[in-house]
Amino acid sequence: MSAPLLEVRDLHVHLPGVGGARLHALRGIDLSVARGERLALIGESGSGKTLTALAIMGLLPDGATTTGHVALDGRDLLTLDEDAWCGLRGRRVAMVFQEPLTALNPLQRVLAQVMEPIRLHRLAADRSQARDRAMALLARVGLDDRQARAYPHQLSGGQRQRALIAMALAGEPDLLIADEPTTALDARLRVQVLDLLGELVAERGMGLLLISHDLALTARRVDRLQILYGGRVMEQGDAPTLLAQPRHPYTQALWAARPRLGAGRDQPLHPLKGNVPALTQLGEGCPFAPRCPLATARCVDQPPRFDGRIACWEVSP
Amino acid sequence: MRRAGFLAGAILTALMLLAALVSLVWTPWPPDQIDMARRLAAPGAAHWLGCDQLGRDVLSRLMAGARSAWLVGVVAVGIGLIAGTALGLIAAARRGWVEALILRASDLGYAFPALLLAILLAAALGPGMTVAMAAIGLHAVPSFARLVNGSAKSWWARDFVLAARVAGQGPVSITLRHVLPQLMPLLIVQGTTSFALAILAEAGLSYLGLGTQPPQASWGRLLAEAQTLMFEAPQLAVAPGVAITLAVLGLNLLGDGLRDRLDPKELPR
Amino acid sequence: MSDASTATPPLLEVSGLGQRYGGRTVLRDVHFRLPAGRSLGVIGESGAGKSTLARLVMALERPSHGQVRWSGRDVNAMPARERRALRPHVQMVFQDPYGSLDPRWRVGRSIVEPLSALPMTESQRLARLAEVLEAVGLEADAATRFPHQFSGGQRQRLAIARALATRPRLIVADEPLSALDVSVQAQILALLRELQHREGISLVIVSHDLAAVEVLCDEALVLRGGEVVEQGAVERVLGEPRHPYTRDLLAALA
Repeated sequence: MSAPLLEVRDLHVHLPGVGGARLHALRGIDLSVARGERLALIGESGSGKTLTALAIMGLLPDGATTTGHVALDGRDLLTLDEDAWCGLRGRRVAMVFQEPLTALNPLQRVLAQVMEPIRLHRLAADRSQARDRAMALLARVGLDDRQARAYPHQLSGGQRQRALIAMALAGEPDLLIADEPTTALDARLRVQVLDLLGELVAERGMGLLLISHDLALTARRVDRLQILYGGRVMEQGDAPTLLAQPRHPYTQALWAARPRLGAGRDQPLHPLKGNVPALTQLGEGCPFAPRCPLATARCVDQPPRFDGRIACWEVSP
Repeated sequence: MRRAGFLAGAILTALMLLAALVSLVWTPWPPDQIDMARRLAAPGAAHWLGCDQLGRDVLSRLMAGARSAWLVGVVAVGIGLIAGTALGLIAAARRGWVEALILRASDLGYAFPALLLAILLAAALGPGMTVAMAAIGLHAVPSFARLVNGSAKSWWARDFVLAARVAGQGPVSITLRHVLPQLMPLLIVQGTTSFALAILAEAGLSYLGLGTQPPQASWGRLLAEAQTLMFEAPQLAVAPGVAITLAVLGLNLLGDGLRDRLDPKELPR
Repeated sequence: MSDASTATPPLLEVSGLGQRYGGRTVLRDVHFRLPAGRSLGVIGESGAGKSTLARLVMALERPSHGQVRWSGRDVNAMPARERRALRPHVQMVFQDPYGSLDPRWRVGRSIVEPLSALPMTESQRLARLAEVLEAVGLEADAATRFPHQFSGGQRQRLAIARALATRPRLIVADEPLSALDVSVQAQILALLRELQHREGISLVIVSHDLAAVEVLCDEALVLRGGEVVEQGAVERVLGEPRHPYTRDLLAALA
């Protein structure tokens, strides 16, 4: 296995809250992505998955404080200023967003938008070479000539998402971060987009950090998974193992809560009780404790111990 | 920075209102009192802003002028707001040909020159404050109608309004209980803007002799009277000019500040 | 499709239903019959016309073709006042829990809004409010709070409570789960199923979530590009799909 392309250790993020309070939004996130590897960060609202991506990209809002270690090919990202970031974003690390309609410029043809990063980062000798590269990229993601010359509103949701992927790839990044790239798409398209991302990652030796709330959809299409809840990593491991034998109560509950297709109308349902905690409601202990069937007093008071696989007091290694 | 604007606007507007209210019971001198001995007197202890060409106290006339400005403003904006909002709400609720009719009529009203309207009304009713209120008020109706229609339509498309329909509420009930309350911030802001425009319009009409008639004081007429004396006593134009500017500025700042305070904080997601 | 061959008309019947906006046909030739107590799932991708169908079934829009009948009565062939009088029997739950409650109203007021058309005293309304809040698993004091004070899942429960207030025979739910967190979806799903069993309510649920449709519905209807490509008993449609499109949809989720 190659040395990690992206390495994140003990990442903490504090956000400004109402009335001057500081909210501890990310509590010690560790993760790594190697070249050619696909890692999925799974979480619900408030889990911190998007914040993690923003922290890596240096896109946190003003007033947020970050501590810890975030490095791309060994280069520390947390100490970079905006100028240094401009050279990196798009070129070494690129991001694909959730809502393609708002992420694309409605007044520019798709081809022009894909050409922009190419020219910006001087990856082509001249305009016509840039155009050729852009067309090739768009073809690779499955958009033909006509679609390439279209405006975003003339394309379907799936086509727009592909265009966004082409734009992200135009800078030839080493790391691609995709934040809920399929939420706005339909079931069949989701699978296609994820498969496409997987292929591109393998072809180009990129790393992929995929952020999603859909465990079932992503689990079979990535190499490793991390389950986030309340700003902490609850469980992590390679996808097949996590799929077959989830060990953390939260992961197990997520799996069990989904109805199974084919299990019939009267299949028993096992919903999780309670609500996802808001940032302001998190204390020092395990964020899942209020809803966990195994919770003890220790779970409520003390942050769960992470053994490399799961963060839990009650489940033994 | 924003806070400062809002406060400044509120203070200026309050000052103007205060001047108008106080002038109902007291002014330093009777605004109509002519005293040729003090013709064009310079500002001094007795007359803080001096006297005009007929010896009348400028400050008192300014305060009386504030009264006209407020009166015309309130009535005109009242007309525009009530009639315009009603039309806009009806158009948004009924849609179809009703909406088309109201919007096209609004376009026509908008395009019709306000001045021409004032002249026509003056010809029919004789010039005076009533003409000013009517003309300015009628002219404000289309703006309110279009604004309310646009905003109300977007509220009608929201799920909670659909839910009210599902609950069996009729369009009148929905308009009054669900849609109109959502429009309050918009109406308040538009109201202050309209008020500022009304004051300017009133000054303009009075300047032209179509609005408030003597002996009633109005900032516009003060300007008109000062115009003939531009070379003899330019300071006479300054007072009403500054008054108009400050009033309009105050209202605009107030409106901006209200908009900032009312709109983004709504509906925390 | 199942057919009540008794004299009483089905709770909901849709025949030849179609809708056009301007030149664009968004729904074409939809037929189905829903007897009381049975539930239907409308499956399809976005743009397939599912939400349009939901609005037509709820008589929130007039169709350009076809009829919608509630217990045998054509809802679009009656004056508006008469239609409004029928609304207590057919209620709706919307997709977006953040938008379906008036943000300026306390939620208790929103929940009893459907009751205003019925002859009830104030204390009867309050009693019903307490009943439905309990039925959806919320405390009685929730009624005095505003929507923004609740989470997405709780708001959806409030929306369901509102839909239950008039004891409707039919509830149409347009993607009631998709805007919710995964761990909360299962709660609402379980709640809906429990309400079906306890109150005998019929559901028409529009969803792209096939497993949810399997859990809640007796019949399924698959829409694509505004047309019905397949319909029938839910076990048959999801278990042995005949149309290639349905098979694709299922394969994508395997």
